[in-house]
Amino acid sequence: MKRMKGGEEDSNSSPSNSPSEACKKVRKQTGEESEAVVASGSLDSDWARLPQELLLHIFQYLPLLDRAYASQVCRRWNQAFHMPELWRCFEFELNQPASSYLKATHPDLIKQIIKRHSNHLQYVSFKVDSSTESAEAACDILSQLVNCSLKTLGLISTARPSFMEVPKSHFISALTVVFVNSKSLSSLKIDDTPVDDPSLKVLVANNSDTLKLLKMSSCPHVSPAGILCVADQCHGLRELALNYHLLSDELLLALSSEKHVHLEHLRIDVVSENPGQHFHTIKKSSWDAMVRHSPKFNLVMYFFLYEDEFGPFFNEEIPVTHLYFGRSVSKEVLGRVGLHCPRLVELVVCANGLRPLDEELIRIAKHCTQLSAIGLGECEVSCSAFVEFVKMCGRRLSQLSIMEEVLIPDHKYSLDEIHWEVSKHLGRVWFPDMMPTW
Amino acid sequence: CFTSSPPPPPKKLCDMVVNTIHWFRKGLRLHDNPSLRDSIRGADSLRCVYILDPWFAGSSNVGINRWRFLLHCLEDLDNSLRKLNSRLYVIRGQPTDVFPRLFKEWQINRLSYEYDSEPFGKERDAAIQKLACEAGVEVMVQVSHTLYNLVKIIELNDGHPPLTYKRFQALINRMDAVELPAETITLEVIRNCATPISEDHDDKFGVPSLEELGKFLFLFFIRFETEGLTTAIWPGGETEALMRLERHLERKAWVANFERPRMNANSLLASPTGLSPYLRFGCLSCRLFYFRLTDLYRKVKKNNSPPLSLYGQLLWREFFYTTATNNSCFDKMEGNPVCVQIPWDRNPEALAKWAEGQTGFPWIDAIMTQLRQEGWIHHLARHAVACFLTRGDLWISWEEGMKVFEELLIDVDWSVNAGSWMWLSCSSFFQQFFHCYCPVGFGRRTDPNGDYIRRYLPILRGFPAKYIYDPWNAPEEVQKAAKCIIGVHYPKPMVNHAEASRVNIERMKQIYQQLSSYRGLGLLATVPVHINNGGNGKRVDAGTRQGSAGSCETPSIQEGMSSAGT
Repeated sequence: MKRMKGGEEDSNSSPSNSPSEACKKVRKQTGEESEAVVASGSLDSDWARLPQELLLHIFQYLPLLDRAYASQVCRRWNQAFHMPELWRCFEFELNQPASSYLKATHPDLIKQIIKRHSNHLQYVSFKVDSSTESAEAACDILSQLVNCSLKTLGLISTARPSFMEVPKSHFISALTVVFVNSKSLSSLKIDDTPVDDPSLKVLVANNSDTLKLLKMSSCPHVSPAGILCVADQCHGLRELALNYHLLSDELLLALSSEKHVHLEHLRIDVVSENPGQHFHTIKKSSWDAMVRHSPKFNLVMYFFLYEDEFGPFFNEEIPVTHLYFGRSVSKEVLGRVGLHCPRLVELVVCANGLRPLDEELIRIAKHCTQLSAIGLGECEVSCSAFVEFVKMCGRRLSQLSIMEEVLIPDHKYSLDEIHWEVSKHLGRVWFPDMMPTW
Repeated sequence: CFTSSPPPPPKKLCDMVVNTIHWFRKGLRLHDNPSLRDSIRGADSLRCVYILDPWFAGSSNVGINRWRFLLHCLEDLDNSLRKLNSRLYVIRGQPTDVFPRLFKEWQINRLSYEYDSEPFGKERDAAIQKLACEAGVEVMVQVSHTLYNLVKIIELNDGHPPLTYKRFQALINRMDAVELPAETITLEVIRNCATPISEDHDDKFGVPSLEELGKFLFLFFIRFETEGLTTAIWPGGETEALMRLERHLERKAWVANFERPRMNANSLLASPTGLSPYLRFGCLSCRLFYFRLTDLYRKVKKNNSPPLSLYGQLLWREFFYTTATNNSCFDKMEGNPVCVQIPWDRNPEALAKWAEGQTGFPWIDAIMTQLRQEGWIHHLARHAVACFLTRGDLWISWEEGMKVFEELLIDVDWSVNAGSWMWLSCSSFFQQFFHCYCPVGFGRRTDPNGDYIRRYLPILRGFPAKYIYDPWNAPEEVQKAAKCIIGVHYPKPMVNHAEASRVNIERMKQIYQQLSSYRGLGLLATVPVHINNGGNGKRVDAGTRQGSAGSCETPSIQEGMSSAGT
């Protein structure tokens, strides 16, 4: 499975001219000359005379390297290569040989982009490996994007979060350059970075009208007040991802205020720093306000807690739609989930321990009427209860990913029989997930 | 000059003397060895040869436990051949050098060996076949290391290897029955065939001792330490293998339960009925095992159609052989059409800590210690350490883990090792990646008392069960009482698991979202569904999962994001 290249999506975003129009243009232009060309036996000059719109369209299908080769062919093709439309999007890949197997964007290319195309860039992302060097290089480039009016910015660590290793001031000043100059940032992904409250203020001061998406999970220097400022001012915010410690009743109310657009999705990571950590609770009324304001919004929660840290959670109704338990979660908590999560669409449990989850699953099937995806890792469920669960959910279960070891055969069903039963109720062939044994 | 399936006619077509060599590589046994049996028919002389080739793929990465196991196998083979008035000839060198010499010296006109489906094996054998043809030597090859002829499985799948285990099972259901094991080579079978054993056979062709082998390999910069070596937990050889088979079946019959056994603390320890290394070296025929299992099931369950799950162990092995056989890049990420390109971290220090059992997580370290000492660990233990190294915690490439396993494990070969690592790191085969094995919890649930830890990490013996899986959480008094201060006598945990798994699940999600072009919020739907019959994953169906608000950023962030500078 290769990483799919952007080819397929290219065709959706071609500029004003449709291909057929451009072709007509070519035919018209070269029509009179065609006979002469045929007579001379040389078609070389035609290639150089292709209209720029057509070249642009073709170049958009080419990966960058091929485009670069093409640009060396002749002056017109070189000009086409530098057309602004081809430089709207760029992904800087910053990797060091010592810390990554992947190649990096060539430094000369980076220089060229900054020199000739920084004011064309609109959708930019940085993919950095685990070395501090790569993250610093990203910051250096950011600092130079002074003429940029970015719409989208993504800072993505592909391995360990190396932006956290960069001196905070260096990072903040680089980011601030973008915030100040862009003025129309719509989408910002800064997870795992040392962004802080003051820089968020700068973001808000310059981009409050346009900001629609903000992903900032695991940004330890931001406080609840900092994010509240964003919610208060950026009324167009539709997608937000952050850690639980930034969540507050005030934040939810700000997101549900009249001036605020409907929220589409809220992603919350609940991560335990130290065992026995205490987490604050969010009032049911705040969640209710959210649901009233944005009835269709999705609440995605990823939990990485020790089993005994779930005290504050799931004691009251919560509008969560996608739930992931990355560590072992107790039977009791899953029972509470069944009771208090009526909007649940997806439930993924990494591990539970060795007590069967029969009752809990049945309860979830009963109360979570929107559930269409469930994944169970290191858990135990008796085959009968599992069949009952599937029967109750029926065909709405489009994703059913159960590790083979989860299912415990009982007097009613053996492992070999169960997949037929389940397939029957699902309306498609189903098998549990397997792991190699040898 | 190449024959495959049908055995040669028993009568000699002319009065020519037939001198044959049987070349042992895997298939180190005299039972179910059809190529050897064919070789003997109508032959006047037989020499069974094993070639010690230090240059062969992966030889430089063989640990001492595997060498020792191999030598036991060779000794056992030699002993069995002795009973048939024959001997094993162990020859050092490369086959392309050795065979022309032997063909001439021994006036060989027939060569037999068991089919090797692995890409490097096929390459090596093609070269030998060419040499044989040039020397007028008839070559006899038979499939007996796998249940089926893998080529036929691939043919059944329109010429492509199946990319999911489910697809593979469906194909198996359609294949013809597994061929019966060939009859064992006995004195009767071999009666017309002599082995001209010389007086100096032991000096020239005897099975080397471990020390002698060490000296030989040292010349090729391969070294291992024989000092302090404990008794082999896994004694090699066909005799041992057959004994274990009986015990294995006895135990199954006694339990009368053919379901997968529940994992408990005992399962982690080497079992006297464990068969995987014997299958890997071919001391035990997989077909024999298959048929014995079938017979037992039919007898005990009074049921004539055993489910596929009965042969789980054998079929997984078969699956990986099948997916690997036509792919010489199977053990790499780059250039491997079935492998997802994941931006793994390059981190030699972290890798070393994992390999040496110094991660600070007792569960992981105990497993790696058992692996290094004994050469075998339970498959769930493999899952735990493989997950920890790759997608779970360290985010290091599965290729690195594969190399360590290649060195230390005695029961995996190229195909099975690479395939398993790709599977466990969610790099292939359309696996869900959400289930992460916790390096604390998983161990604790398997062996609550912690005896496994105490056995392999004696330094932690003093810790009570409550803290033995996460000793860094133990209060100072407990550590002092255990005479083991974390950070001093035993390392601190090298990662924060919650943090690492949070980061990593996000990474996997990013990668798979790019692959499947899935824009929704579900975690499970991120993994593409492989609907194609045989293709190599190009046709990927992300499906239209339940409508959830996709990202409002323009899709063009993906366009033109093709790898810069690749």
